Amino acid sequence: MNPPSLPGSTQSAEPPEREQSPWGPERRLPESTPAADAATTRAQEARVPVDLGRRKSLNGEKLFRWLTTGSGAAVLVIIVAIAVFLIAKAIPAIQGDKVNFLTEKTWQVPDRVFGVAALAFGTVYTAVIALIIAVPVALGIALCLSHYAHRTVATTLGFVIDLLAAVPSIVFGLWGREYLIDPVRDLSAWLHKYFGWIPIFGSDGPYGKSILLGSLVLAIMILPIITALSREVFQQTPKMNEEAALALGATKWEMIRTAVLPYGRPGLIAATILGLGRALGETIALAMTLGGTFVISWDVVEVGGNTIAANIANHFGEADDFGRGALIASGLVLFAITLVVNVTARVIIYRRREFRSAL
Amino acid sequence: MAKRIEAVGVTAYYGTFKAIEDITMTIEPRSVTALIGPSGCGKSTFLRSINRMHEVLPGARVEGRLTLDGNDIYERNVDVTAVRRNIGMVFQRPNPFPTMSIFDNVVAGLKLNGVRKKSLLDDAAEKALKSANLWDEVKNRLGKPGAGLSGGQQQRLCIARTIAVQPAVVLMDEPCSALDPISTGAIEDLIFELKNEYTIIIVTHNMQQAARVSDRTAFFSISQTGDPGRLIEHDVTSKIFTNPREKRTEDYITGRFG
Repeated sequence: MNPPSLPGSTQSAEPPEREQSPWGPERRLPESTPAADAATTRAQEARVPVDLGRRKSLNGEKLFRWLTTGSGAAVLVIIVAIAVFLIAKAIPAIQGDKVNFLTEKTWQVPDRVFGVAALAFGTVYTAVIALIIAVPVALGIALCLSHYAHRTVATTLGFVIDLLAAVPSIVFGLWGREYLIDPVRDLSAWLHKYFGWIPIFGSDGPYGKSILLGSLVLAIMILPIITALSREVFQQTPKMNEEAALALGATKWEMIRTAVLPYGRPGLIAATILGLGRALGETIALAMTLGGTFVISWDVVEVGGNTIAANIANHFGEADDFGRGALIASGLVLFAITLVVNVTARVIIYRRREFRSAL
Repeated sequence: MAKRIEAVGVTAYYGTFKAIEDITMTIEPRSVTALIGPSGCGKSTFLRSINRMHEVLPGARVEGRLTLDGNDIYERNVDVTAVRRNIGMVFQRPNPFPTMSIFDNVVAGLKLNGVRKKSLLDDAAEKALKSANLWDEVKNRLGKPGAGLSGGQQQRLCIARTIAVQPAVVLMDEPCSALDPISTGAIEDLIFELKNEYTIIIVTHNMQQAARVSDRTAFFSISQTGDPGRLIEHDVTSKIFTNPREKRTEDYITGRFG
């Protein structure tokens, strides 16, 4: 896409036409006059050497430049190192696999029959369900904090939400499997009773550690990051744009729809993707709240569900050398999924660049 | 279309701070009224009181009576959004919606009013852009971002956006202060044309501008910092600039103060 052309740049780009200068092409320097001569002499006399200092060979400027470049390069090195580690450890395991690693659903390492199909599906499915629950709630909280709540309320509430991010994921896992499981059982039964005709609520029980439970816990865990980032972008909406909407006769909600949400959209997408990234990689809370099955099922209320990270956490302790290789191979797939998600996010954000650059 | 505005004893506060006190004036339809005066004298506050934008700020409130063709705009059961739809506003700095195209900017107010039909929006956009003397410059790039235009074009886009909803009154808060002289000239020509259809009130720091575009001029001033702004004199522009009644007005317009 072309950047918006600067107004007036086309005129200024043309070279000035010398022939049309008011003095004509034969214009010369003014004849030397006594006054001009005197000025020249004064200028020559004034030419005393000035101490401009010397460039130091090693100065803070250079040092800082190398430090920042080094930090930037370190990121690349680390990413490459992780990828190399994953690939090197994964190859022997994948070669020893009797079935296709990408399409096999079960995980029977002693029989040399294992694959990531069910795990990868579970990873993405659980994360997406968590996002579907978390994003609307986070949006509502963020708008409340940035545009509706009184300042003192907003500060307190914002602090509490940030506190939610400080709770360790194992605590969320414990809370999910020990406490939240009972209300979710009831909710599952209720959902099945009234919405059982929708396939995702099709199971008639028993209910318990399900994708619904895992996704709910996950949703609570990613809520703070999405809320904090969206609130930040909503607060940055220029006051003059909000006033423009209000002056056109917009109600508060219309003003938010006209000025705040469009302005915050790229930030909102970025916040969602960051939440998705966290949801995809979440390990221990899901290992504790999902059923740990190896099937591909859209049903969210039945006992079951599994993710790559949860499976690694559940099996790493008991795995032998080959088994660890197999788990690392699944980690490689997770790495690839995360990469695809992040690249997609970038593409979405940059597609609106034409409008972003005008901000 | 154009309507009369009457202010009686209008006093506006920011929290406990009294910004303007006891402003009483009548603004005739199909005329341009300039509000002039030194910084901090409350002319912008008065302007923002007229379309109830003053109360958008936390703690800000208005007392007194402001009527649009006799209808009290501060009456308790009046719909604020209807007031603002009838009394449009152009701001000091051009503020097109940055994420919207030129077309979407112009029709933003209509869409807020529930107009969805493409043909209606197309006609309204063309009419508003023509009235704002911007049509010829943008007709081939209506889908491009409004923020990509020059400052002067952006301001005319904002004027088009304001008049697209066909208000009775157009308020302008120093609309040219961020623009170069050529863009300023274009806006001033536009104001001259718009007064055939609208009641226009313009705040300006530029006294030549007030003298050029306005039919009547109101001079606001404060006696000292911290005091509320007051209306000193309101009269026909030529009288204000040649033969003002008040000494303070004369001091201000001759540059001896402010």
